[in-house]
Amino acid sequence: MISSIVGAAAILALLTWLVITLASERTTAAGAQLPGLFDPSRWDIFNDVAVWRTIGQGTLNTLAMAAVAAVLALIIGVLFSFGRTARRRAVRIPTTVLLEFLRGMPVLLMMLFVLLVFSTGTYWAGVTALAVYNGAIIGEALRAGIQSLPAGQREAGLAIGLTPLSTRFLIEFPQAFRQMLPIIVAQLVVLLKDTSLAYIVGYTELLRTGKNLESFFGNRYAFSFFFIVLAIYLALNFALSWVARRLASRSPGGQTTRRVARAAIGENADTTVIALPRDADRPRDERHPPGR
Amino acid sequence: MDAVFENLPLLLEAFGGTLSLLALSSIGALVLGVLVAAMRISPAPPLRIFATAYTELLRNTPLTLVLFFCATLLPYLQFFPGYFPLAVLGLTLYTSPFVAEAVRSGINGVAVGQAEASRSIGLTFGQSLTLIILPQAVRMVVPPMINVFIALTKNTSVAGAFFVFELFAAGRTLANARGDAVIAILLGVAFFYLLVTVPLGILAGRIEKAVAVAR
Repeated sequence: MISSIVGAAAILALLTWLVITLASERTTAAGAQLPGLFDPSRWDIFNDVAVWRTIGQGTLNTLAMAAVAAVLALIIGVLFSFGRTARRRAVRIPTTVLLEFLRGMPVLLMMLFVLLVFSTGTYWAGVTALAVYNGAIIGEALRAGIQSLPAGQREAGLAIGLTPLSTRFLIEFPQAFRQMLPIIVAQLVVLLKDTSLAYIVGYTELLRTGKNLESFFGNRYAFSFFFIVLAIYLALNFALSWVARRLASRSPGGQTTRRVARAAIGENADTTVIALPRDADRPRDERHPPGR
Repeated sequence: MDAVFENLPLLLEAFGGTLSLLALSSIGALVLGVLVAAMRISPAPPLRIFATAYTELLRNTPLTLVLFFCATLLPYLQFFPGYFPLAVLGLTLYTSPFVAEAVRSGINGVAVGQAEASRSIGLTFGQSLTLIILPQAVRMVVPPMINVFIALTKNTSVAGAFFVFELFAAGRTLANARGDAVIAILLGVAFFYLLVTVPLGILAGRIEKAVAVAR
């Protein structure tokens, strides 16, 4: 009870101090008096429709990059998951090495790489890097999903005469996808956040648009544009996260499976590299000794 | 390839910059993250609400925006300790909610009976947390925590765009200077990143396996 009151008072004090500091006038080094951050003179720029149209264009650019990268990432993820769960070592080992390499590199470095080596322009550099990186992560999630399916699914598929590839594609993969859908959507939220990295390679996504507007209209509006850009990013991410959470609560399939997959991709960590338990490297049929 | 070996001292210096960013940010993020996690599970509602709001806000903000704020807007507020400390501040703020989530998931993994038993023998919230819950939670916290640090290693590259000299900035400068050897230079830079992330990943996998058996 007491800690409640003390805690609330401390937090209120902190927030009040923050608001007062931001709202107070400040004196520049040259001696000029600038108005506080909540002063109307800093926000009158938003009466201009052209400003909102530019911001809208920046948002559309961000969403365009995110959408195309998401579709490509899904396709690449499926391909990676097939490669990772292949029977032949000649396919599995190079795929694993490639995956570990791609997941260990920063996305920004990959964007720079694509931009400089292939001279594709900033949009495709961003899309390619995002698609490849998130495709690797989604591939890991799908692989965890496929390997957590009961062995009977694959055996039944093979028993009715489907080729191994068909079994994988028609029977195992749809189930794995449905089970891993919440994790995959969570990864797409991360993809949306990472489109802001294209700011650094020069693509006119939302943050770059805000910066250009600030350069055009003057320093006075720096904070205002930043707050609006931040608000839009938060709105987009919250919306997508909400979709992911709805999917997570409604999806069928085991909590255990998803916990394993989440561990495999390090969900809490905003995407990362994690080596999988070595046992998961071998295909399911090889794991039991013959003649069991 | 000779481009990489010619510039090896520069790359090593940049690698040092990356490592120092990583070290300082991880310490800061650990401290801040554990604090926020403790607030998140505390019995006092205002602290819980604040910690939840903090976590949700910072998790959904892109790192570029956080670093942009720290490097470009904080100096306007007359707070300018230098670009390196500002980058450390930005990385710390960005990574702290992920640390908090990892710690919280670890704490939630401890059976609720432990907390009930400790309260029933009269320990205060602080005592039960430090003496009973946290020691057990640590085992389950370590693998996600290592993932957070791997992500932080890769995120230091973004600080390179905000006036800090580390691997990404060095790679960009070198690639512009030696246009003929771009692939070699960028692969060299990637090698340094992999030098940190791949061993950490293997370590996380080993610990995950060791902990999973005991569950």
